[in-house]
Amino acid sequence: MVVTALECVLALLVLAPLAIALGASARASIIVYGASLLLTLALAIIALLVLLGHGPAAAVTLPLGLPWLGAHFRIDALSAFFLLVINLGGAAASLFALGYGRHEEEPARILPFYPAYLAGMNVVLLAADAFSFLVAWEVMSLTSWALVIAHHREPENLRAGFVYLLMAGFGTLMLLLTFGLLAGGSGAYDFDTIRAAHPSAGIAALVLILALLGAGSKAGLVPLHAWLPLAHPAAPSHVSALMSGVMTKVAVYGFIRIVFDLVGAPAWWWSMPVLALGAASAVMGVLYALMQRDLKRVLAYSTIENIGIVFVALGLALAFKAHAMEAAAALAFTAALLHVFNHSLFKNLLFCGAGAVLAATGERDLEKLGGLIHRMPQTAFVVLIGATAISALPPLNGFVSEWLTFQAILLSPQLPSWGLKLMVPAVGALLALSAALAAACFVRVFGIAFLGRPRSDAAVAARETDSNSLAAMYAMAALCFVAGILPGLLIDGLAPVTQMVVGHPMPAQGSIEWLSIVPIAESRSSYNGLLVFVFMTVSGVLGAFAIHRLASDKIRRGPAWGCGYPDAGPRTQYSADSFAQPIRRVFGTLIFSARETGEMPPPGSTAPARLTVTLRDPVWDALYAPIAAFVAFAAERLNLLQFLTIRRYLSLVFGALVLLLLVLAIWP
Amino acid sequence: MHGISFDIAHMLAGSLVLVSFLQLYQDRLSALINTFAVHALVLTASVAWQAYVQHAPHLYITAVIALVFKAIIIPVALRRIVIKLGIHREIDNVVGVGLAMLAGIGLVALSMVVMLRVTAEADPLAREDLAFALSVVLLGLLMMVTRRNAVSQVIGFMSLENGLVLAATGAKGMPLVVEISVAFSVLIAFIVIGIFLFRIRERFDTVDVQALDRFRGERR
Amino acid sequence: MAVIADFAFQGAQMLLVLLLAPLLTGFVRKVKARLMRRQGPSLLQPYRDLIRLLRKDVVLADNASWLFRAIPYLIFAATWVAASLVPTFRSGLMFSWTADLIAIIALLGSARFFLALAGMDVGTAFGGIGSSREVMIASLAEPAMLMIVFAIALIAGSTQLSTMAAFMNSPEVGLRVSLGLGLIALVIVAIAENARIPVDNPATHLELTMVHEAMVLEYSGRHLALIELSSMLKLLLYVSLIACLFAPWGIGGAGANAGLLLLGVGAYVGKLAAGGFLLAVFETSIAKMRVFRVPEFLGAALMLALLATLLRFVSRSF
Repeated sequence: MVVTALECVLALLVLAPLAIALGASARASIIVYGASLLLTLALAIIALLVLLGHGPAAAVTLPLGLPWLGAHFRIDALSAFFLLVINLGGAAASLFALGYGRHEEEPARILPFYPAYLAGMNVVLLAADAFSFLVAWEVMSLTSWALVIAHHREPENLRAGFVYLLMAGFGTLMLLLTFGLLAGGSGAYDFDTIRAAHPSAGIAALVLILALLGAGSKAGLVPLHAWLPLAHPAAPSHVSALMSGVMTKVAVYGFIRIVFDLVGAPAWWWSMPVLALGAASAVMGVLYALMQRDLKRVLAYSTIENIGIVFVALGLALAFKAHAMEAAAALAFTAALLHVFNHSLFKNLLFCGAGAVLAATGERDLEKLGGLIHRMPQTAFVVLIGATAISALPPLNGFVSEWLTFQAILLSPQLPSWGLKLMVPAVGALLALSAALAAACFVRVFGIAFLGRPRSDAAVAARETDSNSLAAMYAMAALCFVAGILPGLLIDGLAPVTQMVVGHPMPAQGSIEWLSIVPIAESRSSYNGLLVFVFMTVSGVLGAFAIHRLASDKIRRGPAWGCGYPDAGPRTQYSADSFAQPIRRVFGTLIFSARETGEMPPPGSTAPARLTVTLRDPVWDALYAPIAAFVAFAAERLNLLQFLTIRRYLSLVFGALVLLLLVLAIWP
Repeated sequence: MHGISFDIAHMLAGSLVLVSFLQLYQDRLSALINTFAVHALVLTASVAWQAYVQHAPHLYITAVIALVFKAIIIPVALRRIVIKLGIHREIDNVVGVGLAMLAGIGLVALSMVVMLRVTAEADPLAREDLAFALSVVLLGLLMMVTRRNAVSQVIGFMSLENGLVLAATGAKGMPLVVEISVAFSVLIAFIVIGIFLFRIRERFDTVDVQALDRFRGERR
Repeated sequence: MAVIADFAFQGAQMLLVLLLAPLLTGFVRKVKARLMRRQGPSLLQPYRDLIRLLRKDVVLADNASWLFRAIPYLIFAATWVAASLVPTFRSGLMFSWTADLIAIIALLGSARFFLALAGMDVGTAFGGIGSSREVMIASLAEPAMLMIVFAIALIAGSTQLSTMAAFMNSPEVGLRVSLGLGLIALVIVAIAENARIPVDNPATHLELTMVHEAMVLEYSGRHLALIELSSMLKLLLYVSLIACLFAPWGIGGAGANAGLLLLGVGAYVGKLAAGGFLLAVFETSIAKMRVFRVPEFLGAALMLALLATLLRFVSRSF
């Protein structure tokens, strides 16, 4: 199985120079994306087979890389699950790109890097030693950087690429240090040896912090998220879908692999930083999202929110594991993995929808869209399903993972530590707050972009997207629906992963009657997505039928009522900023120092009035700006080294030599 | 262990914390005075229940003192002062209501942790009542710190004292002499503050402490 | 045989909530009118209003989409299903295990999601006012509701409503501080969710004071009837929820005989009447808040519910 997977990855890597060779011809994009689609589907099927237990979870060592280490690859349950998630996302993005890729102006800047990006992500998951892991991680970062700056004519894309490169370098440095600490003095980098070694408590704590920084920055945890809302919108839409829906999951995999698998038994306090950062990301992410006008930036911030939810569930799992509450740990971990799966589905769907809107109208600004439901009805329908799913509404899949997370929170009073006793209710409240705000965010996005009347000529001229893009979106939507009404199947499918990582699976859901899910005990809580869906459909249809038969089914059309005011044009409808105003007033004044100032012209003047809204990003002001200022300051100072005389340079050399000799003399 | 008397004592102590939160929420002076009267009433009920449960008749006197002085005389007097001084009826907050309540929850959590850890061996009823009492004290202090109006600071001080009384009765043994002397000292403090308020008002035409700071020469 | 009886009970509950919802609204309006020394409309007036609306033609705006036409049915379906799952006269109904209290709240949340979308559909300013205010209120009311659920679930040991009702009916429950806090928070959230004074005025005709009414401004005919019926059902749901959790006396268990069930129905109607009366008195005695005081009001409910949950985490005897 591993060998087959590696062969598919090799094929993906071969596509890259092939794409360069094919140049910018029309067939090139079809060949590259079509081949990527087939290869990622193949990888997904391999992963599914391993997860269901039909393939041997073998390992293989290739004579690549460092000569004394080789390159170890293996597929175990954890990597199989993440391979499935990533390749499903990759397949959807490739299918979407078959249609969307025609709109690209410079496809030669994208086509070579795209399959290499997919290959890099897959190799991270297949790697079983630190060197291959890090090399693949860097390949992933660099190819995605190239894709981010693909549209290089816009200056903000170049800035986005720069920030992304900085943060990616920071993340890799953290991971390098992590693996260095784990390998210890002996330099044994393969995962089996690391797993067998038991580091001391101090080293393990350091590993946790470094892994949180390294993997967390790639996943988009606040406060290391600053690159994400810049980079994800800058890339072409199918690549944004991959970055948001898929690459963040690779980072989550890295975190789980290091903290849950390689470093050994967790200490009691480990969950606290994870919970704190997760809850902060969840709330801050969605609040940022509500303040944005750019459609893709909203989706990028929403990714930060969902990664926060995943990390909250992982933190709970870590807490339960540290206190030997295995059933609860299994529940929390399953909730985290299920949310990983669900998020990759609906985030891919939403980014593909945003790509379709961008291709149809040329606009990403919400203030210029509107009324697209009439002009792009099918896109509107699938984006509606995505928006409903991401708002955690039954009977779709977002609700199931959120419900399981809440059930895990309800098990937490049994944790003995006081810090956790005070932290978990606060985290629960923040999680509930972020869920409600996410629904508000997506009412805003869907309502402004698709409903209402068009706010610009570009929106009036929109046409429906092509069938390949629609097929990808319908496939994602269908998977969202199936995952929502048959969650028991997914939970059972995740059992081997939970068994491997936490040591205990969730109770088997397949045997429960009517396909409900019962996470703990029948008397305690249960949920049946299928029956809720059937009930709603039957009630709705029954009501509609009864009313149409017995009462009336006539419809007349007329101008909109609007309280009797004559129609004043599309400018009078709510804009994205005005929709967010109540929430901005409630939450934004404190967190973003949101201020609204209105300038009214004096009476008699015909100048326009002006309303200005200023927001400050607190994380940027508190963390990034001081660091940037310090770097600039240090660079200024160190710049003096450029202008020294020859005598000064010689004395520097002399001083260094004397210092080293001193060290040699004193060192025992 | 979970007798009904246990539960009622808890309920009353918890209601005292709840009324402290309600005090934090108010932004009109007359509503704040009414809430303080309710605070004193709940304290009366709690002390009376403790007197019944612990079979300590001297606590009934404490309850009566709380009822007469704090629930009737002091609110009436405060209302008279507010009308006579013509104090601005809206309370100025340093931080918003939301943040103040959030800080209040943090303080309750803090007092829970402190009390329940420090008194790990004691009787469970007393421990948890002590935890609530400490919360009331801290919430009274929070009110004094986050309000600009002198009358609301007085009320914060009074509710702090209510918390102390709750703690003392819960801990099974505040001698009557101590109780009477504490009550009288609070009354004296109240009269002195009232006299000062009149004086300040005569002199400066306002009892807003921010304005007073300006007069003291401290710039803000 | 037992399966058929179970189906019958579940169907009876669904029919009961559907029939009683307009009566509850009519009762509240009547009591409010009487308190204001008016005669008030008859108790059956909401039924007549609904029938009148159902028979009328629907007038749609020119640019209303298929979503606009489908949303009333979606809202009605979600609210009716949620209302059927709250135990009224009998707990342990056949499908009560398909959705626990968190799922019921999420069903109401999806009804609200679609209603907010409906407000945005036609593209008028009033729809936007309604939707934006509604999602602001929801962003505080829903977390408060979830924290209340947590607090009560931590006491009752389950999020299933039947188990919770049975626990609250048993002598183990005692008088808990967190239950008291939860009750107050639940009443505040119920007022906010049902668009009652002081959060929103259900009888207003001034657009700038509307929240719920502004979203449904463009609806007419049978669509409007369904939306009105859904809000009546939602009010019934919340009153039933408060009754089931905090006044669960009279709810029959799974094995109750016909006499006990009739008693349960009678007790339920009595609880509805009491709840409606208290709501009417409360609405008459308090003024509507300005819009930006509502977040403080709901924030207080969220804090109370958070405090209740925190207390349960700290000690089992709270």
